[in-house]
Amino acid sequence: MIRALAIVLFVLAGTAAARAQALVADLSSHLIAITTGFSGTELLLFGAKEGEGDVVVIVRGPDGDTTVRRKSRVAGIWINRDDLRFAGVPSFYRVAASRPLADFVPASLRQRHQIGVEYLRLQPARELNSEDTAAFRAGMIRNKEAVRLYDPEVGRVSFLGNRLFRTRIVFPANVPTGNYTVEVLLVNGGQVIAAQTTPMYVSKVGVGADIYDFAHDYAALYGLIAIFLAVAAGWGAGVVFRK
Amino acid sequence: MLVYLPIAEISVDIFVLLLLGGAVGFLSGLFGVGGGFLMTPLLIFVGVPAAIAVGSEAAQIVAASVSGVIAHMRRGNVDFRMGTVLLAGGIAGSTVGVEIFKMLQRLGQIDLVISLSFVIVLGAIGTLMLVESVRTLRRNSRVAAAGGARARMRLHEHNWIHGLPLKMRFPRSKLYISAIAPFAIGAFVGVLAALMGVGGGFIMVPAMIYLLGMPTSVVIGTSLFQIIFVTANVTFLQSWLNHTVDIFLALLLLVGGVVGAQFGARLGARLRGEQLRGLLAVLVLSVAGKLLFDLVAPPEDLYSIAGTRTAGH
Repeated sequence: MIRALAIVLFVLAGTAAARAQALVADLSSHLIAITTGFSGTELLLFGAKEGEGDVVVIVRGPDGDTTVRRKSRVAGIWINRDDLRFAGVPSFYRVAASRPLADFVPASLRQRHQIGVEYLRLQPARELNSEDTAAFRAGMIRNKEAVRLYDPEVGRVSFLGNRLFRTRIVFPANVPTGNYTVEVLLVNGGQVIAAQTTPMYVSKVGVGADIYDFAHDYAALYGLIAIFLAVAAGWGAGVVFRK
Repeated sequence: MLVYLPIAEISVDIFVLLLLGGAVGFLSGLFGVGGGFLMTPLLIFVGVPAAIAVGSEAAQIVAASVSGVIAHMRRGNVDFRMGTVLLAGGIAGSTVGVEIFKMLQRLGQIDLVISLSFVIVLGAIGTLMLVESVRTLRRNSRVAAAGGARARMRLHEHNWIHGLPLKMRFPRSKLYISAIAPFAIGAFVGVLAALMGVGGGFIMVPAMIYLLGMPTSVVIGTSLFQIIFVTANVTFLQSWLNHTVDIFLALLLLVGGVVGAQFGARLGARLRGEQLRGLLAVLVLSVAGKLLFDLVAPPEDLYSIAGTRTAGH
């Protein structure tokens, strides 16, 4: 909170000093550390704008490839039959705006800045008929929403007075690691008149992260240690409970 | 209290895991079985990814079997010669099994194969046990007076297995049989260990008694001996090739497991064998039934996603 207050003061001072800057924004923290007890967190985005306009905030996790699988019924059992891989899939995605998007952001702008899940540019790895592609795309977005990595709702950016704005960005416990971008757009008359991109980083820290890295970087050694620990624990238990 | 499992990459309530370990440990103490065949499906039910459940359970079985085998070794109930042949088969089977596992994971069919294997194996074993215990209960009530008076036991049945070549002497088991049979049994159990995260004692023990004709006294110790090394091999290969062993998860389950097993064994000593077996059969069948239901029931969403691979990994 002290940090947030400092940001407000900084932003206020900044707007007073440099009137030329139409948009200033910052996060309460640029690092989310996933520790052993991590159960999700939220960040505060604070900013100030100069002049008329509405604010859109887009948060994107690192892009990657995602394979979507479709089940169908074979001999009474539901099994994965078809799949489609998409590239350019953000691992995490949120949008927030100061007004309903339809009221002030034209479709062309939403397309260009990928504002809203329906405007994400996801590239299918192979050509299917458009109906199937759309179904796979919708299936993926539904799955992402189910685990709260995407949100069908547009978050709210609220104004304090005419210039200051803020929004909360909620990150669930399963937030993927990597480099994030937080894009803040000032939109007026269907045009982006100012924009700012702030980087953010989600990282595993502590014992959990070390174990994960070790298990992937030195997989064979990890396997041997796992066996050693299991044998030691089992032997210990056998000795403790010997009558 | 939530704990973050580093390899599974999920947060799970630590008490759920301790309780699960304790409950399965209790049952394995009560019934004298390994418990892997219950633990893996239960882990899947609480939301651990199927592949991680299988890999981590292998590590837990290593631990559980080590503490079990010590007692049997002290009493000399391990046929090391037979164990070695079973083990040779087990190593071959489990190595092939992990490769199959890897291939299925790439094809997106691993969850299906794990569930199907459990439905088939648990369904078959559960049905056999239920039939057996119902039959025993009925016979016992008919000849209540003769309680315990079994028919004179032959040393063992002679069947087609004794006609196979490559005969070997197993003095501890008082057997002179082909090495092919124990090797094949070991190999089959090894494949199951890799694909299902089970020790396979529930298949190996009956096979050793009825197919090979080993004396009952050495069967448990010898199977544990084989299981330790086979599940250790699975633990190593799953860690190395598939990154599916969460040692943190395995150790948490073990803590609950050893405590639960003590209580289970104490209660088991006071209950009657046939009733116990009947209870276990019902339990095994209900797990199989739940897995089958999940396969047959229309899924909530026909579409599913595999984890997003980002540039980082």
